Amino acid sequence: MVKDSLGYITHGSKTYHIWMIFLTAIMLIGMYCYSIQLEEGLSATGMTDRVSWGLYISNFTFLVGVAAAAVMLVMPTYVLNDIDFKHAVLIGEGLAVAALLMCLAFVVADMGGPSVLWHMIPGIGVFNFPNSMLAWDVIVLNGYLFINITIPLYILFRHYQGKEAKRSVYIPGSILSVLWAVGIHLVTAFLYEGLQARPFWNNALLGPRFLASAFAAGPALIILVLAVIRKFTEFNIEQKTINKIAMIVVVAAQINLIMLVSELFKEFYAPTHHSESAYYLFFGLEGKTALLPWIWTAIPLNVLATVLLTFHKLRRNPKVLYFCCFILFVAIWIEKGFGLIVPGFIPGPYGTIAEYRPTGVEIGVTLGIWAMGAFIFTMLAKTSIGIELGKLRYRKKEKLASKAA
Amino acid sequence: MSEKKKWFTLDLGFNKKVPTASSCGCGKTSGGCGSHEAPSPSKNEHAMTAEEFDKAVEGTMVDETRKDGFQQVFDVKMDRRTAFRKLTASLLVGAGAVQTSCSVIAGEESKEKAQIDWEEQFKGNYKLMTQEERDATVDRLVRSYQLRKKENIKMSATDASKDVLFGYAFNISKCQGYMDCVSACVEENNQDRNSQMQYIRIHEMKDGEGFKFNEADDNYYHEVPAEGHFYMGTQCFHCDDPPCVDVCPVQATWREEDGLVVIDYDWCIGCRYCMAACPYDGRRFNWSKPEVPEEEVNKNQHYLGNRMRKKGVMEKCTFCIQRSRAGKDPACVEACPTGARIFGNLLDPDSTIRWVLANKKVFRLKEDLGTEPKFWYFMD
Ligand code: SF4
Ligand code: SF4
Repeated sequence: MVKDSLGYITHGSKTYHIWMIFLTAIMLIGMYCYSIQLEEGLSATGMTDRVSWGLYISNFTFLVGVAAAAVMLVMPTYVLNDIDFKHAVLIGEGLAVAALLMCLAFVVADMGGPSVLWHMIPGIGVFNFPNSMLAWDVIVLNGYLFINITIPLYILFRHYQGKEAKRSVYIPGSILSVLWAVGIHLVTAFLYEGLQARPFWNNALLGPRFLASAFAAGPALIILVLAVIRKFTEFNIEQKTINKIAMIVVVAAQINLIMLVSELFKEFYAPTHHSESAYYLFFGLEGKTALLPWIWTAIPLNVLATVLLTFHKLRRNPKVLYFCCFILFVAIWIEKGFGLIVPGFIPGPYGTIAEYRPTGVEIGVTLGIWAMGAFIFTMLAKTSIGIELGKLRYRKKEKLASKAA
Repeated sequence: MSEKKKWFTLDLGFNKKVPTASSCGCGKTSGGCGSHEAPSPSKNEHAMTAEEFDKAVEGTMVDETRKDGFQQVFDVKMDRRTAFRKLTASLLVGAGAVQTSCSVIAGEESKEKAQIDWEEQFKGNYKLMTQEERDATVDRLVRSYQLRKKENIKMSATDASKDVLFGYAFNISKCQGYMDCVSACVEENNQDRNSQMQYIRIHEMKDGEGFKFNEADDNYYHEVPAEGHFYMGTQCFHCDDPPCVDVCPVQATWREEDGLVVIDYDWCIGCRYCMAACPYDGRRFNWSKPEVPEEEVNKNQHYLGNRMRKKGVMEKCTFCIQRSRAGKDPACVEACPTGARIFGNLLDPDSTIRWVLANKKVFRLKEDLGTEPKFWYFMD
């Protein structure tokens, strides 16, 4: 199968080749930037003792959400046997795998000592379980990765052999993955929520808001990807599927907005010292305003997308839908990325306001990791589409079939 | 006053024998005050001797290794770490350390260096090491320094003494902002000179406005004491229920029996989660390779204290563990020309710090967070 899919991956249209070459080039740039960072240490990034997490952890946080979103498609398809979603699901799970690998890459990029990362491997290292939320996170992310690789692999492999996948095998797995996806969200939110030192994060709404925003951003990305796939391959995705996913996006985005309002109300109706971070994020403090353009891009985009998508007519219009999904995705990336991480550190524990500005190296590594994710996803998607379309099948069987014919 | 009961009537030794007994003054037994729970797990671990622990760990590990086939490859009984070490050794032939150790031209010294580097790379967590392992790593570090810099250092690994709990008090009325403590600290603890890392921050605040940390200047370069200002120092407060310890994913940082919160620099993976969790800006990170001019290196070192760090690891104030465990005051206390800094054993009823706690109106920062810092402020 691997050999076949390798063969299949390396062949494709011209656009496909250009796309892959483009991604490879960015990955190489990313690797070069990472080598600089390895050489100089994390001082090559914009992070300091005052703002000690930046772009890497922001992207990590956001991508955990994207990874978990695949589950919104898994549930109806496998469990309720809603054939409609089946095509979207394989894509969704491929997306989850790519997003998880990106998450792990971002974590590694953020480490000060990547050469001693084995200290984290249970069995040979020392794991601070159950005290440390980061230890939990490592476990749940890897577990989720495992589940999301095995289920589609099983299904695809059966299809590859030309058989139907057994429900009794994959249904328990899918149910587990549904629960697990909620788990990775919550654990990642708890990572921040549990810190009494940072009032901006120490907020009970953080976890639920994580879920809502991820269930908007993830499926929005899936819609965009399905649109691209529909355009460039013969893989048939029905409009019905896309409509259903769009429904998920809308509901999640609406809940997300409600929670945003609730958060803003709490921070600004009766501001305390603990609201300073929110002030910094939305209005700037003492003339330090680095995040203003970002958050004031994110909020209107978020609202605009949610409002537009709420109207059935507009949502049914593919152009509006794709546009909204795109701006929603960007808005949530800003909001749940550095709109969430950076203000947690500003002002510092004693009120010092030191701003954070990512360096070129940091941006390079980040782009490189995104390119890696896109690369992995393209390969996974191409293989699964190939199998699903029946282009990629177990050879012997084909021969037998041709003989019989 | 909860803290009074806690620090004046509490015998931690007693507490250790009967871990369920609650001697915290908050009146709760459920642990809601945040001072019951955290120490107990670490105590349980310490209660087990290091050898017992290793045996236990090895026992489970050998069982597991049987399954995964390391045995067939190497045909020796080994725990996972050894197996991992050997496996990587065979995989990473390209690694510099191996190359030099195999090279014929390389002299004895570089071979030894490579050997040391190799063993250092794969040593365990200091907290869980046996006494022999601890001695061995200290020897290796001393030897490595000798080989590289042709200088001798003295490195101790003194353990916590019984019936000692270190605490600190800071007299706000006395401090004039001279920052002699800061420079003494930098010199004593071999902090990176390039990034000008400082464990202590002195906050300059305006008279008559109270403790307004957000308006204070912790990075001033003018003559002190400045008219109409007062000064307040912060550093790691060695919390008794330290949030930084709970969050570390690999247990690279922990609370010692004498209350010091320490870091194993070689076990830290540099994730900086502890830094996000510290409410007191107590931690510092080595963003690049720390550099100290050879003639300025303090050669009197402690494994958990001021030994040389590498890039990408966390560090912080240790109450000068190399000094305090040798019966001396930390460098900042010694250097302060005004006598604003007081250090001592909280369990010794005759210590100065106990006197201060008993006779001054003391307070701590952010007590509402439940971290129980062992660092008090007071005024004359
Ligand atoms: S002050 Fe910060 S670094 Fe020091 S023990 Fe408390 S939480 Fe940990
Ligand atoms: S930076 Fe080091 S000490 Fe701090 S949490 Fe991470 S591994 Fe632990």
